[in-house]
Amino acid sequence: MELLLQAFSWLLTPESWTQQGGALQRLFEHLGVTIGVVALSAGIALPLGVMIGHTRRWTTAVALLAGAARAIPTLGLLTLLGLALGIGLGAPVLALLVLAAPPLLAGAYAGVQAVDPEAVDGARSVGMSEAEIIRSVELPLALPVIVGGIRSATLQVVATATLAAYTSDTGLGRYIFSGLKSRDYPELIAGSLLVIALALLLDGSFALLMKSRSRAPRSDRQTTTIPLERNPS
Amino acid sequence: MIEFDRVTKRYADGSPAVADVSFTVPSHKTVVLVGSSGSGKTTLLRMVNRMVDPTSGRVLIDDVDVTTMDPVRLRRSIGYVLQSGGLLPHRTVVENIAIVPRLNGATRPDARERALTMLDTVGLDRDLASRFPAQLSGGQQQRVGVARALASDPNILLMDEPFGAVDPIVRRSLQHELRELQRTLGKTILFVTHDIDEALALADEIIIVAAHGAIAQRGTPTEILTRPANAFVAEFVGVDRPERRLRLADAAGVEVVTDASGRPIGTLER
Repeated sequence: MELLLQAFSWLLTPESWTQQGGALQRLFEHLGVTIGVVALSAGIALPLGVMIGHTRRWTTAVALLAGAARAIPTLGLLTLLGLALGIGLGAPVLALLVLAAPPLLAGAYAGVQAVDPEAVDGARSVGMSEAEIIRSVELPLALPVIVGGIRSATLQVVATATLAAYTSDTGLGRYIFSGLKSRDYPELIAGSLLVIALALLLDGSFALLMKSRSRAPRSDRQTTTIPLERNPS
Repeated sequence: MIEFDRVTKRYADGSPAVADVSFTVPSHKTVVLVGSSGSGKTTLLRMVNRMVDPTSGRVLIDDVDVTTMDPVRLRRSIGYVLQSGGLLPHRTVVENIAIVPRLNGATRPDARERALTMLDTVGLDRDLASRFPAQLSGGQQQRVGVARALASDPNILLMDEPFGAVDPIVRRSLQHELRELQRTLGKTILFVTHDIDEALALADEIIIVAAHGAIAQRGTPTEILTRPANAFVAEFVGVDRPERRLRLADAAGVEVVTDASGRPIGTLER
């Protein structure tokens, strides 16, 4: 309890935030690494997942691969990459990319694959090209699942981005590593609390985003109940 | 005119879906392919707009082999009504109908205006325009499907069991309206159903399909009913069913038509 109070007092000290390499700077670094990694990983995994979902090819292979990739211990991978790449942000970013890819890939292909085949067949039979089917049928219908994948990837990355401090002086993980080494537990706890707060903040943003989208008139069909009339004729 | 010229379609494992089928659909006529499920009738229908390509043989529209045409442009020029409706769940009724005009390059207001006109044509209230498909009854969804198929004014209309999922009373009224619509529009319609009564109600010509698209008989509804070519057709049409064997009875001076078991069906007009 006392450690926790000390951690809070550390957090309430202005110098902890404002000094060179302080919490504010580290918070933004952490956020930057998270957003950068998720964006980079999404740039590769989302198009790939959408194509796999659209063509319905290799789905089993990719599901197995993505499942196996989830089992890779990020710290182990980071150590290997760190030995190869040395000190710097390269190794943690690569390791985090590997961490983020499976949920992104799974969200994209599962979302697209779950689109009602009748709707896709209907779209194709009235003369939509494959690109038009992806753009105006599969993507909008799969969006909630795809965003779910991005949300889950973001959470994993923001929590694991603490490991960036393993090979570089970046992000909130610094407090955890240095706190452990110097037995400065209040600092360690304060760093952890900041990571938790950032994770909650990001998750809350996603929740708000998804809620606001599901309120949009285009997809209110699940929430509004209009009594179905029997065909008048 | 749509012409099937010795068309065969084999599945990947080599078994035939349809084998060596030839027939024609004359322009401005309604031809109904009727057969039990798995007879290959839907496969035949989907060959017209290249949703399926034949393994061998040709499908010709006005003497042009469809395989020489770009499938996307071909499909935009042909109306297609699916059993499920095939409507886009995230688009409103009016957006669904406007899809093909939009694909064909109409501006958004023009396509919307066209779609609203189509709602009138198929007998739907314009108030439904901004609803989503899930908010409509089955019969209304099928009307939207028909409206979408007609929206770009195609010459050919393909209908794959369009009324199969609605209840019998709505189905009958939809059949009636389709007949009325066809009288004014004069499209070339290829219609697929497993319901012989629907075929009798709609067709200029009926083609009875046995296994693998083999044509058991083709003829007008009257010909099919009065001169079934073989036992398969007779059984399929149900010529021995009580409601097909009508009799005249006299009820206090009024001539009453009854079925074979004596149940009254209507009165006779001379």
